[in-house]
Amino acid sequence: MEVVQLLVSGLANGCVYGLIALGFVLIYKATEQVNFAQGDFMMLGAFVCLGLTNAHYMGLPFWIAAPLAIAIMAVLGYLLDFFVLRHLFGQSQTAVVILTIALGFVIRFVAGVIWSHEPQTLESPLAIGDFNIGGVVLGMADIAVIVVTVLLTYFLYQFFQRTKLGLAMQAASQNQMAAYFMGIPVKRVQGMIWGLSGAVAAVAGILFASKGAIDPNAGLLGIKAFAAAVIGGFGSLPGALMGGLIVGVIEPFASRYFPAGYSQIAPYTLLLFVLVFRPHGLFSQVRVKKV
Amino acid sequence: MSTLLEINNATLKFGGVVAVNDLTFSVEEGEVYAIVGPNGAGKSTVFNLISRFYNPYAGSITFDGHNLLDRNADSVADLGIARTFQNIELFDHATVLQNLLVGRHRHRKTNLVQEMLFTPKVRQEEKRHREAVEEVIDFLDLQPYRDKMIAGLPYGVRKVVELGRALASGPRLLLLDEPASGLSVEETQDMRWWIDDIRKQMGITVLMVEHDMGLVSGVSDRVLALADGAKLAEGTPQQVQSDPAVIEAYLGAGAA
Amino acid sequence: MRIHFKTSYEHDIRLFPDWWSFCVYATLIVIAVALPWLMDDFFLGEVTNVLIWAIAGLGLMLLTGQTGQASLGHAAFLALGCYSCIIFMEQGWPFLIAFPAAGILTGVVGTIIAIPAIRLHGIYLAIATIALSILADDIIVLMEPITDGVSGKFAPMINIFGIEIERWTTPDRFYWLVLAVTILCTLAYRNLLRSPLGRAMAAVRDSEVSATAMGVHIARTKAAAFGISCAITGLAGALMGFYAGAFNNETFSIVISITLLMMIVIGGLGSIHGAFFGAVVVAFLPQFLSMTKDLIGGSSVAIPGLETGVFGMILILFILFEPMGIYGRWMKIRIWFELFPFARKDMFKRQKSYLKTERLR
Repeated sequence: MEVVQLLVSGLANGCVYGLIALGFVLIYKATEQVNFAQGDFMMLGAFVCLGLTNAHYMGLPFWIAAPLAIAIMAVLGYLLDFFVLRHLFGQSQTAVVILTIALGFVIRFVAGVIWSHEPQTLESPLAIGDFNIGGVVLGMADIAVIVVTVLLTYFLYQFFQRTKLGLAMQAASQNQMAAYFMGIPVKRVQGMIWGLSGAVAAVAGILFASKGAIDPNAGLLGIKAFAAAVIGGFGSLPGALMGGLIVGVIEPFASRYFPAGYSQIAPYTLLLFVLVFRPHGLFSQVRVKKV
Repeated sequence: MSTLLEINNATLKFGGVVAVNDLTFSVEEGEVYAIVGPNGAGKSTVFNLISRFYNPYAGSITFDGHNLLDRNADSVADLGIARTFQNIELFDHATVLQNLLVGRHRHRKTNLVQEMLFTPKVRQEEKRHREAVEEVIDFLDLQPYRDKMIAGLPYGVRKVVELGRALASGPRLLLLDEPASGLSVEETQDMRWWIDDIRKQMGITVLMVEHDMGLVSGVSDRVLALADGAKLAEGTPQQVQSDPAVIEAYLGAGAA
Repeated sequence: MRIHFKTSYEHDIRLFPDWWSFCVYATLIVIAVALPWLMDDFFLGEVTNVLIWAIAGLGLMLLTGQTGQASLGHAAFLALGCYSCIIFMEQGWPFLIAFPAAGILTGVVGTIIAIPAIRLHGIYLAIATIALSILADDIIVLMEPITDGVSGKFAPMINIFGIEIERWTTPDRFYWLVLAVTILCTLAYRNLLRSPLGRAMAAVRDSEVSATAMGVHIARTKAAAFGISCAITGLAGALMGFYAGAFNNETFSIVISITLLMMIVIGGLGSIHGAFFGAVVVAFLPQFLSMTKDLIGGSSVAIPGLETGVFGMILILFILFEPMGIYGRWMKIRIWFELFPFARKDMFKRQKSYLKTERLR
């Protein structure tokens, strides 16, 4: 019974990691840029929703606030690409890495100024308590997180396979130059990818904030999600989600069955193992550069 | 003349595609040997086999009695094989001089600790390297660009710098991957004289891949025509150019 | 503009291109040595801090600026250098042995860690080193019997041939010690740049394929870069320990790693000057911010995240408008004055370079 409980809470956490990781991978696949601020995006999305919903701030109904927060984050993502990242064209990947880390610092600072550094909880209808199935106590929020993640993944998959925009994004990710000549507005598509990943981050943030308290440093979760993305393989969307689930499930089990102190390091140890033995992730193939 | 480079029955496959198919040829010491063929014929792949960037599926490659297949890509240079690349691979954020000095890397005799302390031995070695590099700079007329960053140089100059870097290593065999591609008529003419001088004055054997038939017939002793990774014809430039199989490969079936 | 007529190969190997620059640097060193008589102890302490950060910056610069390997985990090596130096001294080793030993140990450990890490490119290396930095924190706690875990350690008095050196009681001597280490590290760095290994590092950074074809062993060169970089960083870590006086697992957190990397980017990647310029920004930013806050009459309550936030903002502006960092800007100003009035605006226009991808999937 305990195992099931650990598994469910692990999966719920893993879904949040997976969603953040999904955001990384979306951007990486489309632009070869890596957004180290994705975790802070998640935090910001959570706070935007919290600011709109909580009675202490604006007091909007959750079902209006949540889509609004997602839309705001999507616009922010697009604007970020438009005003900042587009100008980095031609600079090294490292420059983008450092820039987005710096961006994370800035977002954390701004969030701290607006919403203070005290942990706050989102007044979310998802957090309506626990229920009991045959002796297993499950949090409603955990179930909601898992359901939403599954739905979102399904919709993203459909989006990439079926819609014109989704196909354009895929094309742009595989060969920018060719996509450009085929009449796909590559730059705008890239902006939209940033917007999309901002929206995904907002969803992750709202779910995370429904599960427990949130403060500006929650963005550091992004590092764990990043580890998840690498474990799953940076090139694939399902891989990212799987990586997130693996990291999410490992944590509660490690803290339950390992001595204290070892539980935090478990995901990173796994990460290093993966990097040493399968440097391109558990779910991907490798090819060699052509000279 | 003795045989310097020998490739026997080399075969390379990428997945299902056969890039090099049972290829056999040899390069004699002191000659200029050219490989021609349509795009995708596997010319650069042959170079990459010699540089040990690719592992042949079957066959053997020997250089002056050494089995190249026993070696890693970074120890090929030790034997005295230097090369240039089709899409110029220079060190962009370094000066021309530094690029050429990297060419001297195979002659490095000092270790990390000595270099950090810059002992007299390192100083002496550095002087030797610089002497060798200055000779190359003189030979290729690179003086005006000596201390310039690669990133700011025009294409034609970069091409020459890359040749210089290969020469600075003091090679016995020089692999030139399309030395004239993208060069103007005058620059191609210069390249032709240099290749001639490299062979005659420096006694370096040259193996080159080239599309410009004018350059090929002007400098090379023997030509190998490739198509689909296999040997089509081999002989003097005139023989190869008039070979019906070659004409067909270039112009399509029925043209011959 | 000065024109160098080169008459022998010696000219290119020399540490200083001409008499003028020799004089400039000699003056700089004389001033640096005389600084304790020119400044009060508070500012001397700040300058010492700048120098320690500059040493750490040199270490990372060698790896990131010279060899092109971005590390977000160098705080782990700061910690290793610091802990090993102090622990050696607690075992009764004199400082003059413990300090270099700590550097060498850090370098060796860095090389061992590099062996799997050098196969990783770009972001993979970044995330691996982040993991390393996070793990270091936990490992220090787990190794409590040696490291004293969360309660931390205190730096002992340094004793060199009977001369006692301590950060608070003898700030001038501590400053001179740090200055000496700084000069030695800078010299070693400079020597590397003018010898084959340094060029091999640049070659690996710019094109691994052609470096290989020129006979450069990629893995060995990267491992050497890692080793030297970690050794220098370890020395800086030990000095940081003495400077702070007390330290524990949280002293060398991931934020320090990130700050270090940002510092060399702000200073200017790939140049020795860059490490020093960046260190000045890192060390003086907190002072500057608190002074500004006093000026605008703000409350004295600390705003959490302000320093890192402002630092992040500065970095973003630099990457967008001056990717070459402070050093790049400085060079442009210098050239502008040297050529006056012939400098043109488009002289410094960046070459448009298109994405050269290393990605294969």
